[in-house]
Amino acid sequence: MSGFEDSLLDEVDETVRIRLVVNGRKVVCEVAPRHTLVDCLRDTLELTGTHAGCEMGACGACLVQLDGRAVHSCLVFAVQADGATVNTIEGLTESGVLAELQAEFHRRNALQCGFCTPGMLVNAHELLSRVAQPSREEIRDALSGNYCRCTGYEAIIDAIDTVAKARSENGGAT
Amino acid sequence: MSAPLTSLDRPNSYIGRSVPRPNAKRLLAGRGRYVSDLRLPRMLHAAFLRSPHAHARIVAINTDEARTLEGVHLVATGGDLAKICTPWIGTLDHFKGMTSAPQLPLPLDRVVWAGQAVVAVVAESRAIAEDALELIEVDYEDLPVVVDIDSAREAGGPLVNPGSANNTCFRSQLDNGTVDDAFANAAHVVEEEFSFGRHTAVTLEPRAIVADYDPAAGMLTVHHATQTPYQFQDLYSRHYGIAEARVRVIATDIGGSFGMKLHVYHEDMAVVGLSILLGRPVKYVADRIESFVSDIHARDHRVRARMALDSRGEILAMDVLDLTSIGAFSTYPRTSVVEGNQVIRLIGAPYRFKNYRATLEVIFQNKVQTSQYRAVGHPIACAVTERLVDLAAAKLGLDPFAIRAQNVIADDAYPQTSPTGYRFEALSHQACLKRLHELMNYGALRVEQADLRKRSVYRGIGIATFVEITNPSPAFYGVGGARISSQDGAILSLTPSGEVRCLISVTEQGQGTEAIISQIVADQLGLAQEHVKVITGDTEVTPHGGATWACRGAGIGGETALQAARALKRNILEIAALILQEQPSALDIIDGEVVDAGTRNQRLPIAEIARIAYFRSDTLPPGTQAQLTVSHHFAPQGYPFAFTNGIQGCSLEVDVETGFVKLLKHFIVEDCGRVINPMLVDEQLRGGIVQGLGAALFEECRYSETGQLMNGSLADYLVPMPMEMPDIVIAHVETPTADTELGAKGVGEAGTAAASACVLNAVNDALAPFGATINAVPITPARVLKALKRF
Repeated sequence: MSGFEDSLLDEVDETVRIRLVVNGRKVVCEVAPRHTLVDCLRDTLELTGTHAGCEMGACGACLVQLDGRAVHSCLVFAVQADGATVNTIEGLTESGVLAELQAEFHRRNALQCGFCTPGMLVNAHELLSRVAQPSREEIRDALSGNYCRCTGYEAIIDAIDTVAKARSENGGAT
Repeated sequence: MSAPLTSLDRPNSYIGRSVPRPNAKRLLAGRGRYVSDLRLPRMLHAAFLRSPHAHARIVAINTDEARTLEGVHLVATGGDLAKICTPWIGTLDHFKGMTSAPQLPLPLDRVVWAGQAVVAVVAESRAIAEDALELIEVDYEDLPVVVDIDSAREAGGPLVNPGSANNTCFRSQLDNGTVDDAFANAAHVVEEEFSFGRHTAVTLEPRAIVADYDPAAGMLTVHHATQTPYQFQDLYSRHYGIAEARVRVIATDIGGSFGMKLHVYHEDMAVVGLSILLGRPVKYVADRIESFVSDIHARDHRVRARMALDSRGEILAMDVLDLTSIGAFSTYPRTSVVEGNQVIRLIGAPYRFKNYRATLEVIFQNKVQTSQYRAVGHPIACAVTERLVDLAAAKLGLDPFAIRAQNVIADDAYPQTSPTGYRFEALSHQACLKRLHELMNYGALRVEQADLRKRSVYRGIGIATFVEITNPSPAFYGVGGARISSQDGAILSLTPSGEVRCLISVTEQGQGTEAIISQIVADQLGLAQEHVKVITGDTEVTPHGGATWACRGAGIGGETALQAARALKRNILEIAALILQEQPSALDIIDGEVVDAGTRNQRLPIAEIARIAYFRSDTLPPGTQAQLTVSHHFAPQGYPFAFTNGIQGCSLEVDVETGFVKLLKHFIVEDCGRVINPMLVDEQLRGGIVQGLGAALFEECRYSETGQLMNGSLADYLVPMPMEMPDIVIAHVETPTADTELGAKGVGEAGTAAASACVLNAVNDALAPFGATINAVPITPARVLKALKRF
């Protein structure tokens, strides 16, 4: 055993074992109570597609799907996600549910530095699963928790709008 | 429908084509490789204790308890790093008389702004490092704080740097000597005092750095979220005494930059030192509050300006005083004077007048440094000029379009030299004005405005003409002694499979550098674009160059790529000619095939030329040495800068009860010379405009009387969000520069340059029926209500 005394360990060093289904795979993580879900995803599980922009739920860069809903992973403690199903940009990409949005974002260059993009896609995906044919105003409103410093938003709105229209022309198949 | 064939219908014609960015798919899949994502073996994490005081003496620092915390590897103070890092001074020689105090990674005995890093902790996790910060005690003795510009200029007032004579960093005057006469003889004079708030870049990914010093190899590798890896290679080498070739700076994906990530930051220099002290990789990623208090801020000008006109509305003269506060130091190595210098030199730039006088005073205060941020100086110069032009138009009863049409330098009158000494090769103000008039449907907008006014709906229409500085030559920094390259380099190789690899010094931050470079190379070499691989941002593999700042990626980087591709093509065709027993001039390359230049008949795939040259050189004539890798450098010559121009227009509505401004539509006509990828150009314009609109309406770093930043979070500091932003209509005029083969100028700052001016003019237009005026940016609801005397 190492020489240091157990008394040197305070509560912040204590870890909690949590179980999650992340991107379709069962995972077990040892997390400190103060660790947020975005810390756990990025640092422990090395899913760095989820980004931390403001760490206070304002910018939307860290959006992930938690039990099917888009949430700010910077505002959820990792321990709160125990037993939950989490889908990140990596898993949503693999599953193909974002493919049309990603293709349209690519075609229109609806991203520049790409840092906000995973959160943008998670939010856009959620919007289109709730509202089949959002107006441009509704799209702008839905994205108002996602901050992009590069694009000026218009191409992003255009891309989401195009995907919504294409889906409704294809009989609403998603 | 059969449209006539254009040059874009030729195979491999990529210059001028809207193709998507090859690297964007990776970013869309969450497979970006940002520095904040990086994890190296044995990597430790740094955190910084920051000063709660804007100005204080450091009496004592006690780090004993922090050092004993489990998981802490190093606690370093200013003295520890000063032993291995030489200080830096943010001055340039060509700004005569400029001063700034020497800087070190961490201060030795005095803090000069609230938020300045004072002590560094390196630990096994960022959380442990932050725990250790809590255990550090620093005794401070408060010193008088210099916060606002008036008290900073007061004789005998408190000094930011005790021991200096005053708080002046730099003073400069431009004067052609005839301004007073011009004003004395003027039929009309308009005058205004403007204030421009401090704002900051707010990149979505904060600053991030991983320094990795390997003592065994004597090699420093720094993964740095920066635009300018070569500049930092030089700085880390010189300040830490490591041979340049043993310093490698890698800048992969960058989560936003906008000029903010090219300055030297104290924490970044400290992290390099911490890694050297520990011999281990050390990572530091600023959190959002740290970004707000330590990233450079920008703008913060107060300008008094007047304009003289004759009875017909011809501009005769301008007289300007620009006071700008830059924080406690001038930034290194580009200095904090460049913005003010550009303000006084760009004022009046679109117009034909001779008499100009301007004074610039750059003042220290106890706040974080201001420095170059997207469209350095342009928004201020543009807002001052364009507001005065509108005031003059109102006084003379002229329409805003009419007074500009009357005064802009005519499109056929170039070359021209501005009264401030800038040389313009060819601009297109008249064409742009005309095009904007149509694009906005200006007449209809005015009719609608008049109708709505009758129903107490107050809409405003604003326009603003601008000139943008791009393609900077050595005249920008090099003449001042800064080791900042204005040239770029490219290395192009034909691979054995007949593809092309391009290593180039211009860097990518999402604006599309990789895309346009691959377009240019594919176009020039006659290849499919997907067969060109572009590699950027690694000083170990890419040649030295200026990288990406001041709108030089397309104009200088693109020209470098073009010339390199032509050189490689010559070499490929020489080998092809030997193989085919032809003259090289009789051959060309189309779609990766060597063809007869005249008939376009296919002769040989270039992959076959590569195969022979690499694997069967014995079959080539004796003495043949195939040069299928070329390296090429290009430095701009001719005009010191490629100036571009354009004009913006906007339509907005002011709610005179609440003071809120609703943007309805924004328009821009822009001339960046040869357009390489129209889609990327338009997206640069949109992004730039929205940053300018943020400055116009929302963004302001607000300080308390004691120098505390009051709104350092994304909940408190307002940035443009999708709901508030309008759709943006874009049109182009193309005036290529004759200084390069490519003809491209920059475009990244054009959007930001005139957006504030446009909104300022439009809000004033909306408020005209009330006789109320606004002269401060950002135009907050409180300022609108104050102008209306309702607050």
